[in-house]
Amino acid sequence: MATIAAVPSAPADALPRQQSLFWQFVKSQPLGIIGFLVILLYVVCAFGAAWISPYDPEAIDFGAMLGAPGREHWFGTDQYGRDVFSRIVYGARTALAVGILSAVVGCTVGALVGAVSGYFGGRIDNWIQRVVDIMLSFPIIVLAMVVVAVLGKQNVGGIDTNLIVAIALPIVPKMARVARASTLSIVAMPFIDAARAAGFSHSRIVLRHILPNIVAPYLILVTAFIAQAILLEASLSFLGLGVTEPTPAWGLMLSGASADFYQTAPWMILFPGLAITLAVFAFNLFGDSLRDWLDPKLKS
Amino acid sequence: MLWYVIRRLVMVIPTLIGVAIAVFFLIRVMPGDVVVVKLRADGAAISEETIQAERKRLGLDKPLYAQFADYMIGLAHLDLGKSLWTGESVLKEIAIRIPVSLQIALMSAIIAVAIAIPLGTISALYRDTWIDHTVRVVAVSGLAIPSFWLGMLIILALLSLFNWLPKIGYVPFWKDPVANLAVTIWPAISVGYRYAAVATRMMRSSLLEVMREDYIRTARAKGVWTQLIMRRHALRNAMLPVVTVIGLEFAFLIGGLVVTEQVFNINGIGKLFVDATARGDFNLIQGLVLLIATIFIFVNLIVDLLYGWLDPRIRLT
Repeated sequence: MATIAAVPSAPADALPRQQSLFWQFVKSQPLGIIGFLVILLYVVCAFGAAWISPYDPEAIDFGAMLGAPGREHWFGTDQYGRDVFSRIVYGARTALAVGILSAVVGCTVGALVGAVSGYFGGRIDNWIQRVVDIMLSFPIIVLAMVVVAVLGKQNVGGIDTNLIVAIALPIVPKMARVARASTLSIVAMPFIDAARAAGFSHSRIVLRHILPNIVAPYLILVTAFIAQAILLEASLSFLGLGVTEPTPAWGLMLSGASADFYQTAPWMILFPGLAITLAVFAFNLFGDSLRDWLDPKLKS
Repeated sequence: MLWYVIRRLVMVIPTLIGVAIAVFFLIRVMPGDVVVVKLRADGAAISEETIQAERKRLGLDKPLYAQFADYMIGLAHLDLGKSLWTGESVLKEIAIRIPVSLQIALMSAIIAVAIAIPLGTISALYRDTWIDHTVRVVAVSGLAIPSFWLGMLIILALLSLFNWLPKIGYVPFWKDPVANLAVTIWPAISVGYRYAAVATRMMRSSLLEVMREDYIRTARAKGVWTQLIMRRHALRNAMLPVVTVIGLEFAFLIGGLVVTEQVFNINGIGKLFVDATARGDFNLIQGLVLLIATIFIFVNLIVDLLYGWLDPRIRLT
């Protein structure tokens, strides 16, 4: 009992040097870094929109209607003469704000619900899971549209908070499922028994002992759901149920591009769509790498 | 087996009732007043009495529990009420539009399966070669491209290459298959791409997993021809997760359709749903959400039944 079984010995020089987490990630997940860099580009656009965009995204200029891409307007102009490039740069702000906020809200609520469900078990678990089942039988966009129809619009600080609720709600049951499964395996561990034996309150056990242990799936799902939230916001705005004019948003820019402009101004269709696709792609790429890195078991 | 199907069907009922209740309460909290919006649509001055009368005609003046009772009794008779906008029965509004949407959904499911199974198999067989890399890039892009934008790109391509636009009117398949397909194939491709991408990824990873199993190694050691191993042993076992994903993604498919129908101006349930949401026609929203949830629940039931057929180890009792 005195000696601890020797750690499988490796030659001293082959021992992994202490590297920062960041460099470990860079080395093992090159694709994730590409995704991360693209995300960084969008973040820079969102914060530095005022400096990056050459024009006011809402400035109407009938002298420059439907202008082709060129030196003055890199991505051309739309039917009101607004600069498409500037609108895409500002659109990053809308997409990231709505995407990140709704994914974080949805996943946080979902994680709490899932942890509570898994921790208490029994009847509470049963009821929560039935509600989750019901919510999961709606496609994401359908649930979001019902919420949009129910709540209408509410502008707080330039962001439609109801839109965020609409996008966050369908995320809740999905996160709750994953959080519950993780919680079930944690609840079986001795340290939870210890916490119970020490007489800690339920809320303390859930908040201090369970939630910190489901951070890995939480981070993975937040990243994955940001991608979905951006896609969903674009779809809703495209349908006229999300962000409204004149706020620059990628989905909204596409909805303005009615059939008349397909031939006269294809850039109105190409560039906003590319912006959406690249953003979703980047978050998916980063999210996949994060998953492989943090929790290879989730790979299925 | 039959007993299992019956039991599963019975188990669907409480879920459906739960869905119906959830939808009803979600929607009645809506702050807007459909009647006011409807009557004053053209800016006409309508007296308060007329509004009250209309509300009474639609049964909106009753207390919530009475409305709920009416709604549940109606459901039991398969009566979903009337559209608050057109006054037509919700069932009829949906019945007119469902063939085209269902056809597009089925077509994209078929396209997806037809692409995903061979592509995923090839990708797994030629793992880490340029073929595999190409397939994976194509598949990952499928997850990122919004289906409605893909639809717009297709229109753009058709216009610039052939100077031709898909027609708008829907003709039933049995009347004129060519005209029917000329309308439906484009949205089916736009929505099907994502579907195919998800299924391809699943097919690839699931097949890679199966190929590592002992029984595959045994078969190889016996000297069984690779093609035979694939056909007899690997593919069937790899199909299980793929079928699951195909079932789950069917919901996404309907979601994608909601947006894509707008692009192609197809008068299906997706467009109906968007219109109903924009107008606050909650009877119609209620009926449509119920319909979509029902489809989803039944698709998953079918998936569960397929499990038993694909993998006899899963006993359906």
